Order: sequence, then C-alpha cells, then structure tokens
Amino acid sequence: MQSESSSELQTATEDTGIYIVDDEERRRLLRRRIERISKWCLPAIVLLLTVWYWDRIVHWNEIPHYILPSPGRVISTLLADWPILLDALLITLQITCLALAVAVIGGAGLAILFTQSRFIQMSLFPYAVILQVTPIVAIAPLIFIYVESKIAGLLICAWIVAFFPILSNTTLGLNSTDHNLRDLFRIYGASRWQQLLHLQIPTALPYFLGGLRIAGGLALIGAVVAEYVAGTGGIGSGLAFTILEAGYRLNIPRMFAALLLIAGTGVMIFTVLSLLSHLLLHKWHESAIKRDS
Amino acid sequence: MQQKLLSLRHVGKTFSANIEALRDMSLTVAEGDFLSLLGPSGCGKSTALRLIAGLSDPTTGQIAWHGDQTDHSIGFVFQEPTLMPWATVERNVWLPFRLTGKSFSSVQDTIRESLALVGLENFAESYPRELSGGMKMRVSIARALATNPRIILMDEPFAALDEINRFRLNNDLLKLREKLGCTIIFVTHSVFESVFLSNRIAVMAARPGRVIRELEIGAPYPRDERFRTSADYVVHCRTTSEALQESMDGHD
Repeated sequence: MQSESSSELQTATEDTGIYIVDDEERRRLLRRRIERISKWCLPAIVLLLTVWYWDRIVHWNEIPHYILPSPGRVISTLLADWPILLDALLITLQITCLALAVAVIGGAGLAILFTQSRFIQMSLFPYAVILQVTPIVAIAPLIFIYVESKIAGLLICAWIVAFFPILSNTTLGLNSTDHNLRDLFRIYGASRWQQLLHLQIPTALPYFLGGLRIAGGLALIGAVVAEYVAGTGGIGSGLAFTILEAGYRLNIPRMFAALLLIAGTGVMIFTVLSLLSHLLLHKWHESAIKRDS
Repeated sequence: MQQKLLSLRHVGKTFSANIEALRDMSLTVAEGDFLSLLGPSGCGKSTALRLIAGLSDPTTGQIAWHGDQTDHSIGFVFQEPTLMPWATVERNVWLPFRLTGKSFSSVQDTIRESLALVGLENFAESYPRELSGGMKMRVSIARALATNPRIILMDEPFAALDEINRFRLNNDLLKLREKLGCTIIFVTHSVFESVFLSNRIAVMAARPGRVIRELEIGAPYPRDERFRTSADYVVHCRTTSEALQESMDGHD
C-alpha cells in the first residue's frame, strides 16, 4: 500500500513537474523564508522604535532643541541646511576617495614590491607597521606643521590610516599562490612578470578586495579625524569641521545632520566596495559563490 | 628499435638536513614509453619527476635528453587538478600557450581539439568550480596534451579520485596515448594501476630512494576493461607486488 502510493506520487511528479516536498523540507523552506524577511525587517523595526522613543523622550521631557533635537528637527535641518552640508559632504567625500585611491596605489604597489624583493620587504615593513600602530591624532598635528596645503595634509592623514590593510592583505594574497601552479608556471618557462600578472595578482585579488573594504571605512575615519585636528575653517571645510563649528554655535540639530551624513557616507562606501568585490569575484571565488546560492 | 628520449644517469638528490631522497638512480625512457615509477610513499618518485621536469637540479649524476636538444617540452599533471579558479576551462588550457606569447584566438582550435580529446568540448566556458573532480583532472590532462610535448609527467594524477572514476580515466588515458603516441612517465603507488597502464615499471625503494627492479609488462596495447580481469594481468600484478614487497622489506 505504502509503496503503491509513493509510486503514484512519483508519477504525479513526473507528469506535472510539480515538486513534492515532505514536511521536514517544507519547514526548512519556511524557516529560510522567515530568516530572509527578518534580515531586513528586524533592523528596520529597531530603527523605528529607537527614533520613536527618541522623539517621545524629547517630547515628554520638553527638552530644548539646543540640548537634544527631536528626529524630525534633525531631518528638517538636514533639508534646510542642505546647501552648506552638501558642500561639506563633497569635500569629505573628495578627500576620502582620493586617500583611498592613493592607498590602493601605495598599498598594492608596495605589496608587489615586497613580493619582488624580500630585502625591500625586510627594510620597509617594520615602518609600515609603526605608521599603522601610531594613532593618527598624534601624527596629524605634525603633518599640518610641515605641509602647507590643507588638502594635501588631510590626504596624507587619511592615507596613513587607510593603506595598511591593503598592504598587508595584498602581500598575504600575493604570497598565497598554489605551489603546484607555481611549479607549472616554471615548467612552462614563465617570466617573473608573467608569474606576477597571470598567477600572483589573480590569486591576491580576493585578499586585496577584503583589504579595500576595510580601507574604505578607514579612509573616511582618517579624513574626518584629520579635519578635526586641522581645525581650519572657511572655504573648503568638510563635514567634520561643520560639526565642530555647529558645536561652537550650539547648533545641535546641524551636528546631528552632519553626523547622519558621515554615517551614510560610510555605509555607501562599504556598499559600493562590496558590490565591486561581488562583481569581480562572483563567477569563481568561494566567498561570492555562497552568496549566490 | 625505439628511439631513446631521456636518460637518468646515476642521479642522486640530497636535501638539506642530510635527507637523501634519491641515490644512484639510472633509468632510460624511450619514445612512446609508458613508464610507471612505483613505490611506497617517501621513495623519491615525485622527487625524480621534479628533477626530470627541471624544477630542481640533481645533486649528483645527470639527466640527459636525446635527439632534438632544443625541445625539452614537458606536460605535467599533478595529483590535484591545479587549475586557475579565476579562469574558464579553455583559458586554463590556454595557459602554456599564453606563457609563450601566443594569443588566445591563434590557438583556440588547438585548445578545442585538446578538450574534445578528453570529452570536455562542451565545458570550454565553464569555471573549474562547476566541474566534478574527474572532469577537473581531464582539464588538467588536456592542458598537458595541448602543446604536444615530448614527454608528459604525471604525479599520482588519479590518487584522489574514487575507483570508478579512476578506472574510467585509466581507460581514457590509454586511448589518448594510442591516438597521440605520447611518452608518459607516471608516478603511482598502485600496483594495479601501474600494471594496467604501463609497458615498463620501475619499482623503487625508500631511504634512500632508488630503482630496485625494472619490469616489462608485455601485454599488447590497446588494453581495455577485459585486460583488467585477464590471467595475464593477474600474473603481472603478482610479479609487481612481489617486487614492491621486496622494496619495502627491511624498512617497515
């Protein structure tokens, strides 16, 4: 009886092409669906509750806006001050992107140099570590003494903070080539340059992209911190200076609005770099394949 | 009389810390040979293969090529498929050509032919991760064959595959050899595999690695599944097993 009904089931499947699932599989699918929805819904709910509670606290306690503005007031300030904030955002964004670009060139370039010569690596690597572990707030004031251009100073600070993850990750990647593939390249008489181009760089790509994602966030932090230290106002000031200046004037809503923009910029940089990583790796790399399925 | 292709003359290899991987190994490979290096692990089979491939130099003795001195072309198949995961199957097979400066389009037909030989013409644009272990190994073989090298060196290529796949690839390898007439040195620790595939077996012993016996497997090619169950095969397997046993006596 049992076998009869199961064979009936099978024919039905073949005829109609309908995929029959048992209870366990159904529960598993359901759980996966709930998880997929929760991934977006739960953070959204937390955000809504927080904003609502913030708003209520301000309202219930009648807190004046120069101490704690309500979320609504922050948003309206964001819109009202948009021209000022946009200018500042563009400056910060410009410094961050430039610093990231220089970090990529400097970090990846130095990594390639390191793998080409152990002696260069031995000579320079300790100093790269020292630059990385010394807090940027401690170095920045000195930099602004010797560097005339404010933009150049900001750039140097952001670069110091951002280049190390790219350097260390790319170096690791360039040294992680499959030893059999390395032998194969030798058997086919590959030059150093061919080995670098066709074997080491592709191997290092996922490592480099991992470093890049960290460096993106760090470049923004570097740019913001350096601007606090630089502390010069006037034309060409970014979001950090906007926050400082608004603080002096007790314009707390604008401080919040600028903070919101900095956080948004960080998220945007991370998203763009993650997308780039996905585009470059999704066809072949394990990390991206898992995301596909 | 077969033309000599390659000779190892009293080759020895000592690594640092005084590990003697090979001692006084002499071996001649003729054109069209299918020579198996058979022995327990640690007997220097792979070291011998690496020396022939030019990946390292012998400490003593020498390796001489006969005939055309300008052509030392080699195809190498490792135990792992050793494919570049970021490149499609056809781009992987392109590698040896690419490294000699040939554009993809100029050798595309050769690459397709080579993939057809191993039955993967429909997977040219797949990535390695989309293939099974056996298929990846076939790509690796296609890459070794594509440049039509004077000798193909195989280092336990099927050791990681399940038996069904290993038998299939053994059969296919013999068919390929029949078709292309290539010379192969094949490293294995399987008596059955070495007897099925080769016309000559060099049985090696460990510490220090050396050839202790050379066996001829006279069974005619082409060999197919029937050879695996023939009385002839069993006799050869027994002789080879005994030689291998001899090589391990006094070591374990």
